Amino acid sequence: MAEVEIKNYMMNFGPQHPAAHGVLRLVLELDGEIVERADPHIGLLHRGTEKLIEYKTYLQAMPYFDRLDYVAPMNQEHAFCLATERLLGLEVPARGQAIRVLFAEIGRLLNHLLNCTTQAMDVGAMTPTLWGFEEREKLMEFYEAASGARLHAAYYRPGGVHQDIPADMPEKILAWCKTFPKFLDDVEGLLTENRIFRQRNVDIGGLSVDDALDWGFSGVMLRACGVPWDLRKSQPYDGYEAFDFDIPVGKTGDCFERYLCRLEEMRQSLRIIEQVLERMPDGPASSVDRKVTPPKRGEMKQSMEALIHHFKLYTEGFHVPEGEVYAAVEAPKGEFGVYLVSDGSNKPYKCKISAPGYRHLHATDFLSKGYQLADTVAIVGSLDVVFGEIDR
Amino acid sequence: MDENLNELAEQISAGLGESIISVTVTNGELRVDARADHIVQVMTYLRDNSGCQFKGLMDITAVDWPARTPRFDVVYHLLSIRLNQRVRVAVKTDEETPVPSVSEVYSVANWFERETWDMYGIMFSGHPDLRRILTDYGFEGHPLRKDFPLTGHVEVRYDDEQKRVIYEPVTLTQEFRRFDFMSPWEGAEYILPGDEKSSEAS
Repeated sequence: MAEVEIKNYMMNFGPQHPAAHGVLRLVLELDGEIVERADPHIGLLHRGTEKLIEYKTYLQAMPYFDRLDYVAPMNQEHAFCLATERLLGLEVPARGQAIRVLFAEIGRLLNHLLNCTTQAMDVGAMTPTLWGFEEREKLMEFYEAASGARLHAAYYRPGGVHQDIPADMPEKILAWCKTFPKFLDDVEGLLTENRIFRQRNVDIGGLSVDDALDWGFSGVMLRACGVPWDLRKSQPYDGYEAFDFDIPVGKTGDCFERYLCRLEEMRQSLRIIEQVLERMPDGPASSVDRKVTPPKRGEMKQSMEALIHHFKLYTEGFHVPEGEVYAAVEAPKGEFGVYLVSDGSNKPYKCKISAPGYRHLHATDFLSKGYQLADTVAIVGSLDVVFGEIDR
Repeated sequence: MDENLNELAEQISAGLGESIISVTVTNGELRVDARADHIVQVMTYLRDNSGCQFKGLMDITAVDWPARTPRFDVVYHLLSIRLNQRVRVAVKTDEETPVPSVSEVYSVANWFERETWDMYGIMFSGHPDLRRILTDYGFEGHPLRKDFPLTGHVEVRYDDEQKRVIYEPVTLTQEFRRFDFMSPWEGAEYILPGDEKSSEAS
């Protein structure tokens, strides 16, 4: 038979494919089943968050952060609040910090629950997803009890949190913490030794430490390569240095190790949550600087000054001194940074959101080159991308 | 932490000499103002010098100051895992002058520079693939510039007669309102409605 020249062909992956995790359009150049080039087209969920923030006061800008990574909303708010506080030179009281840590870790659990289980779904396992969503629902009830909303909480505020947690909440969360390790064991039993899951994930999409740094990786993606780098340990914020927890690291950085790291991080988050609840300090949940945080409603019925503060804060908002600051938090997906420039007015002059998913998705081309088409699905699944934060 | 930062600042200003304009520490953060045409050397030095090792590029963006010439600051945020430090590198440019691309130094810079081009219209010379990234296919303008209106220029809708999505100029059902909170007795430079004659009289 004569030799036939086969032309590479292009394939559109998404934007409406369930394994595309939202609205990713991946243009793949294939040689048979081997991926030659992957070109992600993003921006289908672009809402102009950064532009909108420039037209809002600091307090009005805050809820936009829930809508970035809607899988773990409060972790994004955290970065914006830290940036604002750093410009204002504002201290957060101990209880406010503890509540923030508590919900940041719940956010991490929410995120990893979704990602570990949907990563399994991408390679064909349905059960973990259904179980995971049940646990997520329980956690979102805690969100709801504290803030009134399951997803778009707008709970963290510059100076602390919006309101104190309900009195019976620590008890409920502790009771849940007792049941959760059983769930993790179940998921591990289903996936970790599962032959199909391993065949689809082990040695897929691995990379070296130097490459990971070159591609701007952070969070789990970097730790799976073997770098024990976690902002909660290395650049602690909101009192993370007081908690005892370990950072799981991998060796080869492949999809399977990312999964293992996430699973272990959930156990560590559980440890932090238990520690926070054990030593929850008393006192106010947010700063008492009335030029930044509004007074309680009860106070407003009694005090003229409180009424004036409330009115000023919800119309004009607070003014932030001129300057620029970059605040980063260890969001579940990696380093989530907010670069805030203030011109001294009540609105941010510029707010750049540096999302971990953006940097990680960029590496899709590098990671999936030479792998099979089906492996691309596993790689994109393990990158942990959410388009709210990538497209902004 | 601040002492280390000052040491680092001294080392950077000694090591880079001509290529940088100033090194400042504010809010506990290090900012290096560099010359735009030397940005590749600056970034390579920061990445490779054993006393810096800023191997991670976390962000590239720009800040628009329309009243200033040149109007843009291009801002790079670097992270050194070895030193546990961050540095911000800033260069100045305008609409016409391209900034040398650093995508050869950091692979991750590729998308960040595409985004900066998309949002601000800043060109990067030597970039392998300077396409728009976040905005729509065929979008015109650079949305994060201060002179770009918040509501944009076009809106889309599905037209049932033509059976396709069509683009139209934006129509606002309500006037766009932007409140300004300067108080009249703290130096607001505008005339209050009904108060036009006060300046004529004086």
